[in-house]
Amino acid sequence: MKQIKVLGSGCKNCVTTAKLIEDKAKALGVAVEIEKVTDMAAIMGYGVMSTPGVVVDGKVVHAGGIPAASAIDQWLRT
Amino acid sequence: MLALFTRLADWIAYGLLGLSAATKLGDAVHFFVEDVTKIFVLLIVIVFAIGWLRTMLTPSRVRRALAGSRRGPAYLLAGLLGAVTPFCSCSAVPLFIGLLEASVPMGVTMTFLITSPMVNEVAVVMLAALLGWKITTLYFVTGMVVGIAGGLAIDALGMERFVEDYVWKIRMGEVAETAADLSLKGRAAYGVAQVREIVGRVWLYVLIGIGIGAGLHGYVPAEFFARYAGPDNPFAVPFAVLVGIPLYSNAAGMIPIVDALLGKGLPVGTVLALMMSITAISAPELMILRKVLKVPMLAFFAGFLAVAFVGVGYFFNFVLE
Repeated sequence: MKQIKVLGSGCKNCVTTAKLIEDKAKALGVAVEIEKVTDMAAIMGYGVMSTPGVVVDGKVVHAGGIPAASAIDQWLRT
Repeated sequence: MLALFTRLADWIAYGLLGLSAATKLGDAVHFFVEDVTKIFVLLIVIVFAIGWLRTMLTPSRVRRALAGSRRGPAYLLAGLLGAVTPFCSCSAVPLFIGLLEASVPMGVTMTFLITSPMVNEVAVVMLAALLGWKITTLYFVTGMVVGIAGGLAIDALGMERFVEDYVWKIRMGEVAETAADLSLKGRAAYGVAQVREIVGRVWLYVLIGIGIGAGLHGYVPAEFFARYAGPDNPFAVPFAVLVGIPLYSNAAGMIPIVDALLGKGLPVGTVLALMMSITAISAPELMILRKVLKVPMLAFFAGFLAVAFVGVGYFFNFVLE
């Protein structure tokens, strides 16, 4: 099971990002656990300054803006 | 090149819809069609081109550049970086904390936060294309000066004490550097992503701005503005700034309104003061900043900017007289 965290203060882009990842995981049949992290101290703890950020299994893979579909695909497959 | 959009609007408003150029409706529809096509085409081209060039400029690089620079030059650098960094107010808080955590002085951080929404490449290119280089240069230079002066004032007054306590306790992890794809294809993809994100965020403001601009253009007589906001009314500038404080629009959305107001013969200073006030201070932005700043600091922030914009307005009305 992949642990995915979406970092963001709850803005629209963050919600969209979480939804995109969820949909993609469903389409690919990959088991994921998605958590939205809204606590600012926790977000900063990942070294992310522009939201939304995405953390896959403890590693920051994306920061700032809605991620591209191809990028999401890659995180879920590898 | 921009005459193309005028001809397109001629064709749609007078040809296709059969309106007369002499009627108010015809005039307003023409303005609306011309500005919608012109502004959206410009917006997409500019955002794509800048996205292409800016693949490298990430917040972590801004942070490193500001943290490594001496205090004096840091203000100028913060202003310039603010101008070229894409800025979404939902990123204001993490960026603010990230800069302070890297020991960037409070004043420099605030300079960045003031110039970022007010001066940016979209505003500069659109102002230049629609209103000419003179107004654009004035807008750019005064935006910088206000941002830098605001930062210096905040620093001089020791405003650090009005930052929420929890901010100082946050320790950032190793800054995440997600690799940028600098190949031709990667840059193009980034440019397209930027267009989707930025146009997706601002299109409604632009449309509303154009609607208001078209309404002003077609239906509000020039005498109305001459009487209430013309050069003879000394209160026009502070009034414009006060009206603009709670309102929010982005720079791109303000362009058609600025265009229409100047067309009605309003003085440049009054119009620029209104634009600065609407883009740089707004109720939603103050609420976001309230998460990291205590009320006295916010009051100072809004008050300083309001006074500065009034000064800018009077200055230009006087200089360009």
